[in-house]
Amino acid sequence: MTDYILLIVSCIFVNNILLMQYLGNCPFLGVSKRMETAVGMGMAVVFVLVMAGAITWIVNTCLLKTFGLEYLRTLSFILVIASLVQFVEMFLRKSIPALYSGLGIFLPLITTNCAVLGVCLINIMEEYGFTQALVASFSYAVGFGLALVLFAGVRERIILARVPKPLQDTSIGLVTAGMLSLAFFAFKGMV
Amino acid sequence: MAKTAVQEFTKGLWAEIPPFRLVLGLCPTLAVTKSVENGIGMGVATTFVLVCSNILISLLRNTIPKKVRIACYIVVIATFVTVVELVMQAFAYPLFLKLGIFIPLIVVNCIVLGRAEAFASKNGVLASLADGLGIGVGFTLSLTALAIVREVLGNGTFYNIPLFGPSFEPFSFMVQAPGAFVCLGLMLCMMNILGKK
Repeated sequence: MTDYILLIVSCIFVNNILLMQYLGNCPFLGVSKRMETAVGMGMAVVFVLVMAGAITWIVNTCLLKTFGLEYLRTLSFILVIASLVQFVEMFLRKSIPALYSGLGIFLPLITTNCAVLGVCLINIMEEYGFTQALVASFSYAVGFGLALVLFAGVRERIILARVPKPLQDTSIGLVTAGMLSLAFFAFKGMV
Repeated sequence: MAKTAVQEFTKGLWAEIPPFRLVLGLCPTLAVTKSVENGIGMGVATTFVLVCSNILISLLRNTIPKKVRIACYIVVIATFVTVVELVMQAFAYPLFLKLGIFIPLIVVNCIVLGRAEAFASKNGVLASLADGLGIGVGFTLSLTALAIVREVLGNGTFYNIPLFGPSFEPFSFMVQAPGAFVCLGLMLCMMNILGKK
């Protein structure tokens, strides 16, 4: 039990996927200008990442390892993620239209979110078991959502501030992300 | 189509240089620029994938059905990334270990997919080759520039050669995650000032 609690804390805070592992920065800067979009993106990532983590783990163990095809890992993982996103999109549109319109355009964008592929690869590299992989995927996704929402909160205030012209938009966004990253840096050594 | 291949090549070096002008591919930019060696290695690997996938997609642009084009592009890109992965494992193993997870992650680097969708799917082979090469070299240059700042300040070395002697106190903030964000933000700001003229 303690192992799992440590894993959760380390994935959400200490090794935060956005601010410490530098994964998924394009959507981080792209969709963090408004709080609603940030929440939508965070939810979509949690949803897809848990499923992708489970499926890629099964693909890796049952197919690739059994037949000695590890060199096809990158190719098969990205195909799994791309088709999973497509499938989730179709399923949600048919059965849960409310959630579908909430997540909206963020679902297709997740295919090229490197946080998803990154976490799947980390799960394999750390040689996690199935439950561990599932817990890790969920915690990384929660960490992603947390950082995204925090950052969106800061960014909504920055719009009101007077920023020098050359620093506007992405530039000030990156500097702010640096400050936020510094705050998460304090968790280092906790686990 | 009137533009020559040379023009396609040079636009990647200044007018559309990633990640400063095209704000894409930030993750590898932030992650691997701890040292100049890593930056150049990552840049070269990305350039190879970019050039090869641009050529192949441009050749296949009339065969690939419109509806499944993104999936086709991803398969092409993933194939070349696997090639890079295997070649690096064979000939540059230490660098492969240092770059680690970021080599397979070239697949989801938005620059590569972006160029395939925005350029190679509409233009001829020669122009696509020039475009891929230009953007790739531009990306390598930006990575190297960022890596020089971070390595010299954060480690006191350049390409693993010590610069300042033993009394130098490294500014280790620069090689950590927060430094990467701040440094890239400030360089973007500098590019904005320079580009205004």
